[in-house]
Amino acid sequence: MTRLLEIEKLSVTFGGLHALKDLDFHVDEGEIVSVIGPNGAGKTTFFNMISGMVAPTSGDIRFEGNSIVGYDPNQVTAAGIARTFQNVRLFANMTILENVMVAQHCRTKTGAFGALFNTAGFKREEEEIRQHGIDVLGFFGTRLTGYRLEQPASVLSYANRRRLEIARAMATRPKLILLDEPVAGMNPKESAELTGLIGKLRSEWGFTVVMIEHDMGVVRDVSDRVVVLDHGEPIAQGSYEEVSTDPQVIEAYLGRPVEKRKKSDVDTSETGATA
Amino acid sequence: MTAVAPGPAGMMTSEVLPARSAASQDWNDILKWGAIGAASIAFLALTGMLVVLDPRPVISGALSLGYVAMIWVPLVLGYTTTKQVVLEGMARNEQGAADVVRGALIGALTGAGMSILAVLVNAFDLRDPLVNWSPELLAKLGFDRGLGFGVIAWIVLGAVLGALGASLHLMPARIAKTLGIVVGTILFVSIFEAFLDDLLEGFGLTFLTDFLYASRGGLTIVSTIVLGIAAALFGMFGSGKSAGLTAKLDAMEAPQRKNANMLIWAAGLAALVLLPIFTGKITNELLANVGIFLLLALGLNIVVGLAGILDLGYVAFFAVGGYTVAILTSPNSPGFSPGLPWWVALIVTVFMAVLAGLLIGAPVIRMRGDYLAIVTLGFGEIIRLLALSDWLKGWFGGAQGITNIPPADFGLFEVKGTDPRSVYYLTLFFVLVAIYVSWRLEGSRLGRAWMAVREDESVAEAMGINTVNIKLAAFVVGAVLASFGGAILSAKVGSIFPTSFLILVSVIILVVVIVGGMGNIAGVIAGSVVLIGVLGGPKQPGLLQEFSTFKLLIYGALLVWMMLKRPEGLIPNARRTRELHQEEFLQDAWLKGEIDTDDDDVADAVDTVVDAVDGEASTGGAPA
Ligand SMILES: Nc1ncnc2c1ncn2[C@@H]1O[C@H](COP(=O)(O)OP(=O)(O)O)[C@@H](O)[C@H]1O
Ligand SMILES: [Mg+2]
Repeated sequence: MTRLLEIEKLSVTFGGLHALKDLDFHVDEGEIVSVIGPNGAGKTTFFNMISGMVAPTSGDIRFEGNSIVGYDPNQVTAAGIARTFQNVRLFANMTILENVMVAQHCRTKTGAFGALFNTAGFKREEEEIRQHGIDVLGFFGTRLTGYRLEQPASVLSYANRRRLEIARAMATRPKLILLDEPVAGMNPKESAELTGLIGKLRSEWGFTVVMIEHDMGVVRDVSDRVVVLDHGEPIAQGSYEEVSTDPQVIEAYLGRPVEKRKKSDVDTSETGATA
Repeated sequence: MTAVAPGPAGMMTSEVLPARSAASQDWNDILKWGAIGAASIAFLALTGMLVVLDPRPVISGALSLGYVAMIWVPLVLGYTTTKQVVLEGMARNEQGAADVVRGALIGALTGAGMSILAVLVNAFDLRDPLVNWSPELLAKLGFDRGLGFGVIAWIVLGAVLGALGASLHLMPARIAKTLGIVVGTILFVSIFEAFLDDLLEGFGLTFLTDFLYASRGGLTIVSTIVLGIAAALFGMFGSGKSAGLTAKLDAMEAPQRKNANMLIWAAGLAALVLLPIFTGKITNELLANVGIFLLLALGLNIVVGLAGILDLGYVAFFAVGGYTVAILTSPNSPGFSPGLPWWVALIVTVFMAVLAGLLIGAPVIRMRGDYLAIVTLGFGEIIRLLALSDWLKGWFGGAQGITNIPPADFGLFEVKGTDPRSVYYLTLFFVLVAIYVSWRLEGSRLGRAWMAVREDESVAEAMGINTVNIKLAAFVVGAVLASFGGAILSAKVGSIFPTSFLILVSVIILVVVIVGGMGNIAGVIAGSVVLIGVLGGPKQPGLLQEFSTFKLLIYGALLVWMMLKRPEGLIPNARRTRELHQEEFLQDAWLKGEIDTDDDDVADAVDTVVDAVDGEASTGGAPA
């Protein structure tokens, strides 16, 4: 297997706070890796650094062998890394189809000239953009297609907004997808369904996936490997079984109050694993 | 929250209680609104409107524009202060005599503001700080019949208008609408006098002009009555027809509707092409001015409306266009005067505009929001000050500007200021180009990227959009369109001065775009026609020439009012409206049951079945 993403001694400080410290991490092509850790552990910051939205204080990020430190977010996306946001950030007043069409920006090229003169190339590319948009939306069944295509993203239900975020990331034709808490706020049925789909991101679309997730059920079901962050430091890496029995991890989770929202999820899976 | 009209069966409706008795009033509230009204109307009088606008008759011998500018206050206050906010499920009183009394009292207090002002003007001399505190004002406050008459008349007039405003709520909707149409028609025909006069003359219908308008301007009393009756008849019996027509259009199948739309566009275009043949110089001059500002507004609409970049220095590109053409075509150009033909200069202008767009854009485009607005404001001034400077006088002519710019020669015809019709056609051509460009780009890859940047710049960037390039593209397209405007201005006026490019130009174009409806081509057109056509541009007079002193006051007031009440503009862009009324929009959708609610979704149900059949939904372990 080839190394897709390689991270070396990555650190970032925010005014004295070590949001991330000396993280070594790698993802091979075709893997699904989960990043877990208590709230405030630095997981989202980690994604922000990979996607170029936060500059690391030190360390290196290599994607397909090339360092992408210092890339602008759009260059990172063009290189083949797409992401979703923990607090869903869609283009709320653009239609659902437009959301996935605009995400193909860096894969397409017609400019003002083609649009003004309605050239054959322009028409062809528009049609391709549209078709690819419908294809990625179709990943979620009929929920985001049909009459929904022309509706603004703001009318979507919470779960569907999360799905559209994933579709939008898929539309950028990435190699690696970063999912930031994809099932947060979903009910058990929805999250179970999405867990299945995360598997399909790899099996059907060939994406490599790195996912931040609190729901240990989801983590167990889909991930090849789990990385645990605490206070910005990596405290364990390995398979779900290894990580979930690691004393340091258990302490990180049980040594202080687990956040309320996720309590039940974490409790069940943790006790199941430690028993 | 929006007031929701009683909805379809099964929804909550408000319980309607009988009307209050006329004497049960909220006296404090009446006093408050009366004081606000009195202060407003007195302020308007002190701005000088009453005196300055008086010479322009609306109805000859009966009503002047000066009084119209005052008496709308009690009327509108009477209407708005008795308007009921209907909340779902809340009991409310039926409207009745109590509301009329309330309106009349508030109106009377408003009128009393003028009475008090009259007494004060009579008693004291405050002309020193208040320039409009004059004997003429006193005369007009007394309706030219003396102080005593005025004091009483304002109170009575205020009360009557306030009551009228309030009773609009009580009338059947059709009557109220008809009244509106009557007043609107009379005002329209009166305000558009110069234009209609011109047009009727072009069609050889001077007898109609003679009938409609008095010799010294304004409608005659007879024509007012005839117009009123005609408008009333139309309001009562005819106005349903146009609604029927739009409904018919809506009901058409897609291809048919497309044809109908094409027909409407073609008819509109034909009218625009034929119109100046029938109108005279003054009207054509006015139309040309509207066209130039429309062109600028369409360009700014791409920058502000589509890409969401608040550029306050847009006039810079107008200046680049104007000066490039002036230098390249005028024999009097101080530094370099190749004396090129206009259209060759235009090609160079496009390059200069692109260059200016990039030069000004590059340093400011990385800034966001307020910072960008302030810096562009600065650049707009820098360009003007450079043109004015002694340092570059050898190129731009300093304060003397560049004169003797020849007409734009197209072989078959010339475009020059003394022939406004030719300027009109040239402007029309470029306006059509700008509309086409806006329309094509909006629906393209570039347009979508602009929208994404407007919605959320960081996310747009994370989705692979090079926001710097995209915003620069908007800047450049806007710059090119503005430079066309400048090029036309040069040929039209024949001379160019730094004072043609004051910050005011940027501000007024921005107001046109905002008032018309940001991001909407039809809105921008409406905004230009209403603001530039009626009120006038920064220096160009509109149909209401008398308003020129108060133009900025009105622009400012309009802007504030629009921002408060209708931020989406006169003719809104559907998407923009959603952005600005997100909450209400979602609420309405929820009330109408249109909102997508997670699981009970049909799509969801279908998916579940499909998933169950696939047997793949069972992979996830839902927490037991
Ligand atoms: N841009 C920033 N500036 C300052 N502090 C930040 C910034 N982004 C994140 N942090 C801090 O870094 C820590 C890690 O946050 P985050 O990565 O969001 O955690 P999580 O693991 O819950 O996703 C938190 O203490 C947060 O307050
Ligand atoms: Mg997070």
